[in-house]
Amino acid sequence: MMVWALTDSWTIARRDFARWARQPGPVLAALLFPVLVVLMFGYLFGGAIEVPGGGDYREYLMPGMFATAMLFGIETTMVAVSTDAARGVTDRFRSMPMAPSAVVAGRSLSDMVHSVFGLAVLLGCGLLIGWRAHGGLGATVLAVGLLLLLRFALLWVGIWLGLVVRGPESVVAVQILVWPVAFLANTFVPPETMPAGLGAIAEWNPLSATVAATRELFGNPGAGGDSWAATHALGLAIVWPVLILAVFVPLAVRRYRAA
Amino acid sequence: MSATEPAVHVDGLRKRYGDTAALDGFDLAVPPGTVHGLLGPNGAGKTTAVRILATLTRPDGGRARVAGLDVVAEARQVRARIGLVGQHAAVEEALSGRQNLELFGRLHHLDRATAGRRADELLDRFGLAGTGRKPVTGYSGGMRRRLDLAAGMITAPEVLFLDEPTTGLDPRGRAEVWDSVRTLVAGGATVLLTTQYLDEADQLADRISVLDAGRVIAEGTPEQLKTVAGPDRLDLVLRSAADLPAAAAIAARVAGAEPDVDPDTRRLGVPVADRVAALTEAVRALDTAGIRVEDIALRRPTLDEAFLQITRKVDA
Repeated sequence: MMVWALTDSWTIARRDFARWARQPGPVLAALLFPVLVVLMFGYLFGGAIEVPGGGDYREYLMPGMFATAMLFGIETTMVAVSTDAARGVTDRFRSMPMAPSAVVAGRSLSDMVHSVFGLAVLLGCGLLIGWRAHGGLGATVLAVGLLLLLRFALLWVGIWLGLVVRGPESVVAVQILVWPVAFLANTFVPPETMPAGLGAIAEWNPLSATVAATRELFGNPGAGGDSWAATHALGLAIVWPVLILAVFVPLAVRRYRAA
Repeated sequence: MSATEPAVHVDGLRKRYGDTAALDGFDLAVPPGTVHGLLGPNGAGKTTAVRILATLTRPDGGRARVAGLDVVAEARQVRARIGLVGQHAAVEEALSGRQNLELFGRLHHLDRATAGRRADELLDRFGLAGTGRKPVTGYSGGMRRRLDLAAGMITAPEVLFLDEPTTGLDPRGRAEVWDSVRTLVAGGATVLLTTQYLDEADQLADRISVLDAGRVIAEGTPEQLKTVAGPDRLDLVLRSAADLPAAAAIAARVAGAEPDVDPDTRRLGVPVADRVAALTEAVRALDTAGIRVEDIALRRPTLDEAFLQITRKVDA
């Protein structure tokens, strides 16, 4: 049973890989969009933003951008899930004698592969514009791990959203809403520069925990801070995704079974 | 499953969505190897019935057995014996027809070689051999739906559910899908088909259940349902509208019933009990009276007429 669940997941994931090979356009766009944002912030806005404690803005930006790319992944997941639901593909899978977990597991597998590629592209882009990982190998690996953990947690939010919304058109709403989530954080601008109330929200944004922790691990400027959230960034970068998973995995699975 | 047990057996099925009863005591028995049509307007409960039978939705009450297995308690075993073709072509657009079928074959746990062989077989059987390696994006509506049917047939299911298989297709696409469904039935599958089109049920189904507001209001063969609409009719079209009164008198005498007369189309129709006698008698009398006839025909009432009769009776 367990073996079939794994094989089925792999088959479902391979369906996405085959689609990417046939229609590389949307995948490439999703990979390159964060690069565009990096260039916009790094070269257009960056000059006007002061990094707390001094330091290069582009070095400050990249960890924020890595985490933002993980957040954007919600859209990819949601479009794929809601398209399958709207086209009756989900119903067909559910009427087949396969492991019910395989469809969602396959989805998360292909999306994680997609994210690993996305992150690799963005890391390369960062290196090209002067960003460096100053920590040791262990710290760097841990930082990448935290980013992928965040993506994995958000993936389940995407699956749930994809099953809840009426069709892939609804993704436009999510495309708009991810921006406030991305901006109301320490990703692009230090929260200290925001109005007090918003700054506090930004400090506690799950995205901020991952950004602050990876800044610390990569040895990039702007890490640390006085708030409790900032001083416990590493712990929060694990706790937040685990909490998100604890809420959204059961929600998504229940929604899938009842769809 | 015993030889006498129906392939689909439904007893008093109920399902509510909020305040609406989608199914309200739905009963059905489909013998193995036959095609059963579920006919009804939008919202009659056809899709809900199929979703419950295909283990996608749990019923609120009643019992349903498919291939001798309970759809709730033995859902997993049911899934191994059914195929579902929904209202949308549930295939991956970017992949080729063959890739799609291989994928579903793999998910049915066929090994790679068998899945590939099965894909080729099905492409051939559904007339897609020539386009099997091209992406589905370029397929016509009829081709997509045929691919979808093929995908529902990967493991030669005992029971196949077709939910409005030709909705949204042009006449050519419908004819293609009908041909494919006939191929399936020739292979021995039991088919439960939902449709809003009476001619589709007439073309494909051995028996039909007419659904209205979540329950069956009439059941029988297409021929039986047609007799609900009354006896056969004798239809006449005259060369000249001036002859209509005289022809109506002849028709009334021959058939022993009052004919319907439509002066605009110079047409008159009358129900007849003895088909051939009425026809020969009418031809002779019209000829004697010197009434020129453009067209004359005996016909069974259409299923449309039957459907209107049935729903009218229920509403009354």
